Amino acid sequence: MISNLLAKSYARTVVAALVALVFAIVVTSIVLSVSGFNPPSTFQAMFSFGKQPDSVVNTVNRAAAYYLSALAVAIGFRMNLFNIGVDGQYRLAAMVAAAAGGAWALPAGLHQLVIILVAAVVGGAWAALAAILKVTRGVSEVISTIMLNFIGTGVIAFLLSPDRLAVKVAGSNNIGTKPIASSGRVPGISYPGSDLKIYGLVLLAVLAGLGFWFMVNRTRFGFDLRATGLSQSAAVASGVDTKRMVIIAMALSGAVAGLVGMPQLLGGSYSYSLDFPTGIGFTGIGIALLGRNNPVGIAFASLLWAFLDQSSQILEFNDIPKEIVAITQAAVLLSVVVVYEIVNRVGRRMDQRRVAAQLGEVAA
Amino acid sequence: MSTTEPAVELHGITKRFPGVVANHDIDITVAAGTVHAIVGENGAGKSTLMKILYGMQRPDEGTIEVNGAVADLHSPSDAIARGIGMVHQHFMLADNLTVLENVVLGAEKLHGIGAGARRRIQEISDQYGLGVEPGRLVEELGVGARQRVEILKVLYRGAKILILDEPTAVLVPQEVDELFANLEELKREGLTVIFISHKLDEVLKVADAITVIRRGTTVASADPREVSARQLAELMVGSELPVPELRESTVTDVPVLTVEDVTVRDATGRAVVDGVSLTIHEGEILGIAGVEGNGQAELVEAIMGMLPVESGVLRLRGQDLVGRSTRHRREMGIGFIPEDRHRHGLLLESSLWENRVLGHQTRPPNVKGILIDRAGARRDTERIVEDYDVRTPGIDVAAASLSGGNQQKLIIGREMSGEPKLLIASHPTRGVDVGAQSAIWDHLRRARGEGLAVLLISADLDELIGMSDTLRVILRGRLVGEADPATITPDALGSLMTGAGEGSAA
Repeated sequence: MISNLLAKSYARTVVAALVALVFAIVVTSIVLSVSGFNPPSTFQAMFSFGKQPDSVVNTVNRAAAYYLSALAVAIGFRMNLFNIGVDGQYRLAAMVAAAAGGAWALPAGLHQLVIILVAAVVGGAWAALAAILKVTRGVSEVISTIMLNFIGTGVIAFLLSPDRLAVKVAGSNNIGTKPIASSGRVPGISYPGSDLKIYGLVLLAVLAGLGFWFMVNRTRFGFDLRATGLSQSAAVASGVDTKRMVIIAMALSGAVAGLVGMPQLLGGSYSYSLDFPTGIGFTGIGIALLGRNNPVGIAFASLLWAFLDQSSQILEFNDIPKEIVAITQAAVLLSVVVVYEIVNRVGRRMDQRRVAAQLGEVAA
Repeated sequence: MSTTEPAVELHGITKRFPGVVANHDIDITVAAGTVHAIVGENGAGKSTLMKILYGMQRPDEGTIEVNGAVADLHSPSDAIARGIGMVHQHFMLADNLTVLENVVLGAEKLHGIGAGARRRIQEISDQYGLGVEPGRLVEELGVGARQRVEILKVLYRGAKILILDEPTAVLVPQEVDELFANLEELKREGLTVIFISHKLDEVLKVADAITVIRRGTTVASADPREVSARQLAELMVGSELPVPELRESTVTDVPVLTVEDVTVRDATGRAVVDGVSLTIHEGEILGIAGVEGNGQAELVEAIMGMLPVESGVLRLRGQDLVGRSTRHRREMGIGFIPEDRHRHGLLLESSLWENRVLGHQTRPPNVKGILIDRAGARRDTERIVEDYDVRTPGIDVAAASLSGGNQQKLIIGREMSGEPKLLIASHPTRGVDVGAQSAIWDHLRRARGEGLAVLLISADLDELIGMSDTLRVILRGRLVGEADPATITPDALGSLMTGAGEGSAA
């Protein structure tokens, strides 16, 4: 029964996501048709390219970064905190961690751990700046985290200079941090049919997801976090110290953001150079929305996003602008927010009616 | 009463929403030139009925006749065209515009927006004695004056039949008297007023005829000269009312809560709680009477640690409270039934068992170490549902799905668990049905018998007098008087609350 289905919140999420996806495919098809392309063959081309082994590896690697980024955003969202600064946090964290990893010689095992720890601490500290501004001076975290992104970019540009933390990358004009020695690298996982490797630290994303789920659903801290997000006034009355919560949640969000660059840094590039990927923090905001701040939902959303990014690369070979995928992504995002709200309202009303019916009350 | 044809006649009005019937077989006849009151409990279907009459909802069955002609109302503009106007409970005025601008907004075609409109407003104001000045900014006006602007807005649009939805809810007693004088004036000029309320004393004072609604249908018509407030209340709820009363005193001389000279200031520096001192003992219910907005809420929040205390001492069983967090105070044994359960008492979208944890998220049976003990919390929620008669299909439904009375019983069960020493009960029976009200009083009496100290705040004077061992009166943040609940009447207490009688009354 529909009413029973919509009574469960995860079912609402799934229904909303599926409806949004269908809607996005329809919108994309319309845009393709209007532009004079054949939608079925376009999707066909994307799909067959996307399932090639190399594409799968790239998709998974990309999804891991998206996943961590969205998770960082979701921690804040769960208590109505908007961490728009994941982008600056992960880049600064990756840069400092790369420099530290390149500078220190440590035994394998410890070396990776230290690098990851440095990244988490730097990301957390950078985010905590915004939290401190919020609780002491009332500065909106939306504004301060956006501004900290720019400041972060400036700090990176300052530090990433041959006079300070950077060295020239051999055989190019690029500069980057000193490469991390092999003791600090994480071996990749082979995928049949591909020479590319899945980053070993994809597992870090999985662990972070499990940790997030456990924290939110099973711990006292997670309860306070959710309560604050659902009703700040009720949380305060129940004894939650919201200022403390803002600082801890923001620092935690930043720490997870700090991990975003780790799979690639320790699994592929080994150094933070000028061409280290940017913008993952902003993508994470959309993915967190699409995944309803739920660790499982975010996993599917990251994979979908990464798949679309990856498979869009074939479009240019067929003379179709790959920006068409941005339209698909935007349509998914926009419609999922609307559809979820509708599904949620309908579900809640059904829930109330069901309760009233079971109790035989006349509701007015 | 007028002998002309009725202003409004409703016959067999039925309105179904999917799954529920909000109104059925409603029959009301409102005579022209009268004040007709419609009374009923929260959720009895009054609002739906008024929305139908004002064209915001269409009835599934039944007819509406206005001035003898069948009216098919599709929208509020249809209703306005037939001379029906509505004054909403929550004012719909733009603060930064003048009275004139607010009145003409959306009705510019009638008399323009300039001198013509001003003249018309002045005429209406003089004709009905509303005393409205068209040039004043709305933000400068008090609540009563704003309401008169709302009434004028409706009259300006040509209404002859006015629907007033809970008009006194936002007014202080003097303003209520002024409003009633205005209504008399409207009546004298031949207008008809439909007055929605659940304040029965006021209804008896102002109405010429009364219709009682219960569970979505009209159950009785009453003549205000012949019924008492109590009889009306019983008609509203359909059963005999429970009586708030305490039996033998259980008051001991062991102080639980000591408040000494506590002052709380708001953001502007005004003392909202001003030098308040009181002591509540084991087994004592101390009631605080006062018109809302005189510092009760702030006093409660100061005791709970939600508002900072500027000066003074707060002690729970000898231990200092000032400087401790809300959580710490709760752990020391303060239970809290908040005034607004939706804002402060519940996570509406969360399940009942998660709401059981709220406010007790550091204590067994809800937690084990830093983890939430789901099994323990669920088991204890089952216990509360059982012991406190919370009507629910299960503990996994969202709190929002329950009726107000059942939500409140859940909160009370929760706040009574963990052996509290002090219970702060703000309006514990507000907006709950009669059955829940009597159950809540039983729980308070039992807990008092077991030595609980209770701070009771209520706007229901019968409840306050009946359930308190000691009564204090708060006015403008100060405790101005003390009353003996055994002898004081609601009227006498009411006048103490407005500052009419100073000092102690016996």
